[in-house]
Amino acid sequence: MLILLLVSIPIIGGIVAWAAEKAGTSWPRWVSIFALGLDIIMMIPVLSAIPHSRGVWSAEFRAEWISAIGASIHLAIDGMSLLLVILTLFLGMISVLCSWTEIRERVGFFHFNLLWTLSGIIGVFTALDLLLFYFFWELMLIPMYLLINIWGHENRVYASYKFFIFTQAGGLLMLVAILALYFIHKEQTGAATFGYADLLGTRLSPETGMLLMLGFFAAFGVKIPALFLHTWLPDAHTEAPTAGSVILAGLLLKTGAYGLLRFLIPLFPDAAREFAAVGMLIGTAGILYGAVLAFAQKDLKRLVAYTSISHMGFVLLGAFAGNELSLQGCVMQMLSHGLSTGALFIIVGAIQERLHTRDIGRMSGLWQAMPRMGGFALFFGLASLGLPGMANFIAEFLVLIGSFRVSVPLTVIASLGLIASAVYSLWMIQRVFHGSPSHETPPDISFRETMVLLSMMLPILWLGLFPQTALRVSSSSIEAIAQHRLSHSMDYPGPGSGGLR
Amino acid sequence: MTAYMPDLIQLIPAFPFAGAFFLILRGRRLPMQATAVIGSGSVGLSALAGIAVAIEFISSPPVGHALYKTLWRWMDVGGLSPSVTLYLDPLSLIMLLVVTIVGFLIHIYSTEFMEGDEGYSRFFAYMNMFIGAMLVLVLADDLLLLYLGWEGVGLCSYLLIGFWYKNPANGYAARKAFVITRIGDTAMAVGLFLLFTESGTLRIQDMLMSAEAGRPGGLTISLAAGLLLAGAVGKSAQLPLQTWLPDAMAGPTPVSALIHAATMVTAGVYLIARMHTLFELAPAVQTAVAVIGVATLLVSAASALAQRDIKRVLAYSTMSQIGYMFLALGAGAWSAAIFHFMTHAFFKALLFLAAGAVIISQHHEHDMFRMGGLRKRLPLTFITFLVGSASLSSLPLITAGFYSKELILWGAWSSAKGGHWLWAAGIIGAFLTSVYTFRMVFLIFYGEQKTELSRLPGLRMHIPLMILALFSIAGGFIETPKILGGVDVFSSFMNSALPQEVKGHLSGHSELMPLGAASLASISGVFIAYMLFFKTPHASEQMVRTRLGGMLRRFMLSGWGFDRLYDTLFVRPFIRIASVSRDDFIDLISKVLAASAAVMSRALSLTQTGKVRWYAFAVGLGAAILIWTAVL
Repeated sequence: MLILLLVSIPIIGGIVAWAAEKAGTSWPRWVSIFALGLDIIMMIPVLSAIPHSRGVWSAEFRAEWISAIGASIHLAIDGMSLLLVILTLFLGMISVLCSWTEIRERVGFFHFNLLWTLSGIIGVFTALDLLLFYFFWELMLIPMYLLINIWGHENRVYASYKFFIFTQAGGLLMLVAILALYFIHKEQTGAATFGYADLLGTRLSPETGMLLMLGFFAAFGVKIPALFLHTWLPDAHTEAPTAGSVILAGLLLKTGAYGLLRFLIPLFPDAAREFAAVGMLIGTAGILYGAVLAFAQKDLKRLVAYTSISHMGFVLLGAFAGNELSLQGCVMQMLSHGLSTGALFIIVGAIQERLHTRDIGRMSGLWQAMPRMGGFALFFGLASLGLPGMANFIAEFLVLIGSFRVSVPLTVIASLGLIASAVYSLWMIQRVFHGSPSHETPPDISFRETMVLLSMMLPILWLGLFPQTALRVSSSSIEAIAQHRLSHSMDYPGPGSGGLR
Repeated sequence: MTAYMPDLIQLIPAFPFAGAFFLILRGRRLPMQATAVIGSGSVGLSALAGIAVAIEFISSPPVGHALYKTLWRWMDVGGLSPSVTLYLDPLSLIMLLVVTIVGFLIHIYSTEFMEGDEGYSRFFAYMNMFIGAMLVLVLADDLLLLYLGWEGVGLCSYLLIGFWYKNPANGYAARKAFVITRIGDTAMAVGLFLLFTESGTLRIQDMLMSAEAGRPGGLTISLAAGLLLAGAVGKSAQLPLQTWLPDAMAGPTPVSALIHAATMVTAGVYLIARMHTLFELAPAVQTAVAVIGVATLLVSAASALAQRDIKRVLAYSTMSQIGYMFLALGAGAWSAAIFHFMTHAFFKALLFLAAGAVIISQHHEHDMFRMGGLRKRLPLTFITFLVGSASLSSLPLITAGFYSKELILWGAWSSAKGGHWLWAAGIIGAFLTSVYTFRMVFLIFYGEQKTELSRLPGLRMHIPLMILALFSIAGGFIETPKILGGVDVFSSFMNSALPQEVKGHLSGHSELMPLGAASLASISGVFIAYMLFFKTPHASEQMVRTRLGGMLRRFMLSGWGFDRLYDTLFVRPFIRIASVSRDDFIDLISKVLAASAAVMSRALSLTQTGKVRWYAFAVGLGAAILIWTAVL
């Protein structure tokens, strides 16, 4: 029941926020804060249940949906989902706060879309029925499209179309794969179901398995984004309003990564292993390609967007390397990238609000006028280049040390990303904050902005020094995935049984 | 067992971190005096704690001459379970004492040197953070924790080189330092992956123990040692990753003294000494250490000869002296390397600080050829600079540098892993060292005064100079050659942490010959400098004016052209690739798809003319084609 509330509170909150606009423009903001706050409170019992839960799932909800075809409303939370749901609520809150002054038109509808997207994301992170998963996958897409299309920057229409077409195409291929899996399973067992646990054991011929896996990969690969499927991302990130960029980079990309870990690898263990070399190669190439292009950009927001491609390459690499070290690294990367890149987008947004440009060439020496913002930018830039002591380091180190066992050459090449990230991060700091001070003297960040950035900085430091807090939570889910992949047997004990511990 | 030592150890890095934290948080609102007290006080407390620990460590040594203090379990994933543990043995104790004591003196000096700078509190915040990170580096029990300190000091080095951020050149130097050292760091990270995959742990002592069981000369061990060496080469500015250090002089002079002379740049030496078992099991790599050291010490000593900028002379000199330490490590004279690290920290910090006093008295002039005759005007600075120079040139008997360099040269001469070539290169280096060192002395302090004095150093700058001058003399007497008393306080203290060198066939020979040769090299170097730069300065000018001389001078001034080489080989191609692919050529795929869809749509919309006759014709034509194909 708890999880159902978790998903539906933002839905209801969104409608209320839209309606509340009539009472004043700050009402939708407060309604959103309230709804997300309520959700966060709902998380407390789940959070306290985690250390005691013996099985994989620590909270579960199951109800009939479309019984004729065997679809059910099945939501559940395990350690990995829990971390991601917390990240979703946290970044949701941040998004509301960082659009406080930026969004002035159609405030109610903006927050409606924001909350609905968040609801879709939470649904994606908790759904255990494949049809329901697809439903949430689409639910988060359309409000996001509107966020870019209505409140975005100059080139927003092109960017939003591109975003929509890419994700929709990927999503449809996944739907085809889901349906195929459904029918194959029905043929084998006679039971019509979209249930995750039931479909896990479906026997597939190598060719079919590979085809279906590729269908899923189309959807997840677009979202992560994998190299070659990434080209929607720079446009969408750049044109979206700040809150949109935060959600895109911080959360939407994570749904792809989550799908990889939760669905693609467990559902198609053999095909995934077959594909692992290609997946790791795409990840590695993405790390370097994203880093080089980030360095080349002249638009500050585009620069940050390309760093996302580079960082998410680590997730792809780690996911297909598939051992406990690299998978835990993926989880850590999802959290740390969500925080650090989200924060960088907020900083870019704050700069754009003040200077009315994103052109790096027109910025210089901003440290003089805005030392506090400079300090934050430096911090998140350092997080981005993977400085030890911060969460991003733990993530990338775990991914690489795990991948090293699987492929030495790819790991060594991917490690070059550590050098490239230093190049682009320090270059960004140099061009924007160092150098001779510009004539403009924009005001330094406000109290609200300071609090927002501080609240993103502290978890990065905490997870860098005490990563075990998060790793412990996700360990049972990750162990299950890693062992399932190792055993590559058909008799996966399934969630809830706790048989893997 | 002792009571207070374990608890004190954790305070040693905690003090400077606390200082940095406080200054970052509140620094801008503090008065300058408060910043000075907090900034230097935190390091002072750390030094006091270090001394207290040292006293107890020496008076009642812990079991096995080593002490662990676990603070927390960092993480525990799939067999990787590094903990945040401090490890104290004689090696880390010496490092920690040098870092905190020399660090404290430099902080005191900085409180006066940086006076009036708008970034006063930012400076001390970064400096404190550096000391903290450096202490983590030397106290780490786990390679991953060491790596944290390793990158932490790199960060502080970056921040302090680019401290005066308004000048883009400083920013460039800072980025260059960070990126080049990161190349080494990344190799080191790969080394960590390899070590963990092979041994299942990153705890240094466990790893060394399990390595000992392995076969010497094995490929994996050699590879791992080689990767760690790459990290050490980057951090310690050795060939081929040395080019960042001369540019790093863009930072304030106390930074150069602390980070780029006394402590951080010697982290590579510490790393190799710490992992000595690994290197002993990889003889080829250990030889490479010695060869790199010798090559660097010669290349950079020659470069130092041609520099005009006083700080660049000292920078090249630092590279060269670290080259000596590498030579010692490669020859298996482990404690000699650490001994030279210690004396070098004293006399090079002294030289940098004295140079700083000269620079601020000369309107921030760095060019030695625009200085001169300062002997009378800055008497105390002159005397301390002279002491530092004597020690750097290892003038016999009275200087610390003599005893430490002597120990290295003796190691190179007599050790089974050394050799006459290595020794001879060391002797040539010693000669070049005293030439360029006394070139500095004569150019700055003798001759006629060329620039008016702007600011005289005060007490807070003079006291650290005098203390360091004392150390630069007396620091050597704790370890002397057999024929000069044979004191071995230092090496016997190091015994439990570092193995003694393996003596070669020469061990029976007298020390007299090599000792005499080294002394002769030093003294003749001073004499040459005297002749060239004091007695007959026009002779050196004439040498430079010839075609060959000019070319040679330019070559050495540029540090043997490495910058240009790397620029052509790496930097420009990278920028080229970046600018060519700026618009993301993969995006072309979707652009072409979109464009072709648009073209097709336009083509098809042409058919929508609205003319009935045209439609009727199209329908007729279509029907005709259909029938035709059906019939055929």
